[in-house]
Amino acid sequence: MMTDLQAIMPILIVTLTAIVTMVAESFQPRGERVPLGGLGLIGLTGAAVASVLLWGRDLTGFGVMRADNFALFINVTLCAIGVLTILFSTSVVERERIPSGEYFALTLFGISGMMLMAGASDLLVIFLALEVMSLSVYVLTGIRRSSEAGAEAAFKYFLLGAFSSAFFLYGIAFTYGVVGSTRLEQVAATLASQVSGPSVMTILALALLLVGFAFKVSAVPFHMWTPDAYEGAPTLVTGFMSTGVKAAAFAAFIRVFLSAFEPLHAEWAPIVSALAVATMVLGTTVGVAQSNVKRMLAYSSIAHGGYLLVGLIAANSVGKAGMLFYLAAYGVTNVAAFGVMALLSTDDHPHDNVRDFAGLWHRRPALAAAMTVFLLSLGGLPPTAGFVAKWYVFAAAVQEGYYGLAIIGMLTSVISVYFYLRIVVLMYMSEDVAVDPAPRLPRGAVAGLALATLAIFYLGVLPTRVINLAVQSVQGLF
Amino acid sequence: MTFPLLSLTVFAPLLGALLLLAIPNKDGERNGLVRVIALGISLVVFALTVAVWAAFDGTSADFQMVERVPWIPAFGIDYHLGIDGISLWLVVLAGFLTPLALLSSWHGVEKKVKEFSFFLLALEAGMIGVFLSLDLFLFYIFWDAMLIPMYFLIGIWGYDQRVYAAVKFILYTMAGSVLMLIAIIGLAVIHAQATGQYSFNLLQLYQLTLDPRTQLWFFLAFALAFAIKVPLFPFHTWLPDAHVQAPTAGSVILAGVLLKMGTYGLIRFAFPLFPDAALQAAPYIGTLAVIGIVYGALVAMVQPDMKKLVAYSSVSHMGVIVLGICAANVQGMQGAIYQMLNHGISTGGLFLIVGMLSDRRHTRQIAEFGGLKHVMPKMVAAFLLITLSSIGMPGLNGFIGEFLSLMGGYRWRPDLAAVAATGVILSAVYMLWMFQRVNYGPLTNPKNKGLHDLEPREWAALGPTLVLAIVMGVVPNFFLAPMAPSVDRLVQRLHAQRPALAEAVPVTTPKPVPASVSLTPEQAAR
Repeated sequence: MMTDLQAIMPILIVTLTAIVTMVAESFQPRGERVPLGGLGLIGLTGAAVASVLLWGRDLTGFGVMRADNFALFINVTLCAIGVLTILFSTSVVERERIPSGEYFALTLFGISGMMLMAGASDLLVIFLALEVMSLSVYVLTGIRRSSEAGAEAAFKYFLLGAFSSAFFLYGIAFTYGVVGSTRLEQVAATLASQVSGPSVMTILALALLLVGFAFKVSAVPFHMWTPDAYEGAPTLVTGFMSTGVKAAAFAAFIRVFLSAFEPLHAEWAPIVSALAVATMVLGTTVGVAQSNVKRMLAYSSIAHGGYLLVGLIAANSVGKAGMLFYLAAYGVTNVAAFGVMALLSTDDHPHDNVRDFAGLWHRRPALAAAMTVFLLSLGGLPPTAGFVAKWYVFAAAVQEGYYGLAIIGMLTSVISVYFYLRIVVLMYMSEDVAVDPAPRLPRGAVAGLALATLAIFYLGVLPTRVINLAVQSVQGLF
Repeated sequence: MTFPLLSLTVFAPLLGALLLLAIPNKDGERNGLVRVIALGISLVVFALTVAVWAAFDGTSADFQMVERVPWIPAFGIDYHLGIDGISLWLVVLAGFLTPLALLSSWHGVEKKVKEFSFFLLALEAGMIGVFLSLDLFLFYIFWDAMLIPMYFLIGIWGYDQRVYAAVKFILYTMAGSVLMLIAIIGLAVIHAQATGQYSFNLLQLYQLTLDPRTQLWFFLAFALAFAIKVPLFPFHTWLPDAHVQAPTAGSVILAGVLLKMGTYGLIRFAFPLFPDAALQAAPYIGTLAVIGIVYGALVAMVQPDMKKLVAYSSVSHMGVIVLGICAANVQGMQGAIYQMLNHGISTGGLFLIVGMLSDRRHTRQIAEFGGLKHVMPKMVAAFLLITLSSIGMPGLNGFIGEFLSLMGGYRWRPDLAAVAATGVILSAVYMLWMFQRVNYGPLTNPKNKGLHDLEPREWAALGPTLVLAIVMGVVPNFFLAPMAPSVDRLVQRLHAQRPALAEAVPVTTPKPVPASVSLTPEQAAR
């Protein structure tokens, strides 16, 4: 019992913090504001510390939860994403009059779902985690109740999300039908022992699960909801879901496809390759045509999903560790990029058009410099985290002989540099068009930006420590 | 642990650049101070590069002052610096041109001086890093990271079409280099398959035996990246845009050092890593180079814009260098490396002069000038010397480099060398014609009447290039001697007998060839 609880300690801490946040809001005296974000920060730090303490112990909780290094690595990444989101949120929540108790509680519940998803070793628990996470994010998307775009985005996201959940559930049902269990190790053992090749039922189960995951990681052609949901959601929620949801979904994707369905690698690899190519190409080429920065970053995040899929296809230890590194690097970078946008928004102006960035350098040199670092990291230029991350997953692809995938990935990343540079061009190389001075930056947000910038350079210049941790995370697991 | 002189040389400009950022300079009230400090930093860096030269043993072909620290051990990536005769003078060249570039923009750049100096110094760090890296991963980081400051220099401080030119520059160069990155990873993976360990170490990868097919593909990936950088015809279209739009300092560095990275890459990486593929592809690359020589010269001839003319002349001159490299013999290689230095100095000087005229008149159209010798006699004298150096007048630096390159080319392929030699004649035509139209004849344009001659600061920027143009023409051996051992070894490596390869195709041997490491003769002897 004790080890069971220990294994889920990080998740427990986050869940409890979420509950405390909700309760604290309803008990706060009228006219006074309890710093709810601070509570979240404490909780996430606690969860991160708990994850670090559990490192290397490989505990199992209740038979369905693994606290292996893989889950813990993702946990810490999620905590970092959560901390940055909260740091950027405090002032934004106030300005946009978002109900803060709900906002922070839902963010924390979402993170707990994501952590659950990263550690679950049973298909049904993964499904539960998926729902915990998704429901929180659906509500967060539409949390600005007066906003039409927000409502539309939430509705679309919810409907398509429900579809994907159904696919996923079907996949679980078929898997159960074939194997007689939803435990991943059981599934792997049974599939590996099938000598006559996979049955139609197995293939069907595989295909349905694949569709479910493809929806969640917004792989083309299951990406349709992404641009609309990303555009309509409050900017910081977009940042949160484009990184947290993706990290959790990929964690489960890796666990299911590289442990349970590893014996069928030859069956699914060609399909996932096709998805990856379509995702990289469409994400970057359509991204070029966007003038709304949130939409642009939505397509960019689709493309990043494609690069991660390349690591999944390579399926070797380099690829798995590479994906973990990629998720960490991309998570920090993308949250921070959305953070800059949110910080620049004002009540009546969302600051999400490319033009809004014109001349930012003259007004806010430091902020423009930080945004440049984030964009260059997204574009994968050295010496930033994004470069090492891309190099890592493509190294995995090359190692397995997938030169074609690596080349397509590299060339599409050059295309993506084009649209990231558009913002840089406007920030630095055009005249200032600001009508009103942007709001003052709160201290928490400055700390968040500084932390993110430091992390990006740290991962880009001295990646050894994190690479070693990522390598340990996938050792002897699958 | 010896004193890490090379690391200091790489990172001193970067540290200096960061130091500059710390100076509060709102609205440019401390521009003068910033300029002086930036110049001071660049002079310190130049002193460091000279110190590197002083510490360099010119009789050895080995890499010297090697620093090697594990960086990402999981992939066998090291922080690995070293210098040999091939990179020695290029490092000094980078150190030499940066202060001149800063001096040239003393008045030309008025806005955001601090950031301008920051990017220029950061660029210098990247350039020196490229020349000193002996680890392919580290090399790629410098190679790609260096694009960022150059992009900002063109995009912020350039002329009217600067944004277009900056974006074209960075995308073109990146598109070429990402394929090289894949080939780099491929090399490390093949090394891992052969020896069980990843390695990005250039010296270890030199010893890798690759099958001909892989070699050819990897060579093409490397060669494309470098060909775009050189730029080799037909990959040159970014260059005129970048040059014309860049501020003077940007053009000086771009022509002076950045283009040399392409040819340096061919010499250091593409040719010795894949010698068989390189020798196989050399005739084709050489042909492209010769086409570039003639084409660049012809296009330069009809340019109405001085800067564009010099830009196309670069396409032509860089062709001569590539021809020398493709010849893959001692004369060709030495000539190529020497010509890389010469081109840096003479073209750097030309861009400085064009910048000075452009600062005065805010135009670079040849037709706007004429008869300048009546108002600016000293400038015209300097201009003449640099022009003659650029067209390869005997007694000046350009002659030695071109002569050696063409001689090497002749020993290899007389036909190509013959066509290339016409480029020398053509360069005399377009350069002298431009010189004549700008400086001689009557002073027709009244706007040119009041032009003042060179001021001391401009002499300080231009003077060193003039001195070097003469010195390098008179005592070439001073510069050629330290590079000779390294060039000899390179040429030996390229032509070494590689018995493994012919038999590597398993026709006679049913067993797979053991993961062999072939030693070149001189390594076996050591």
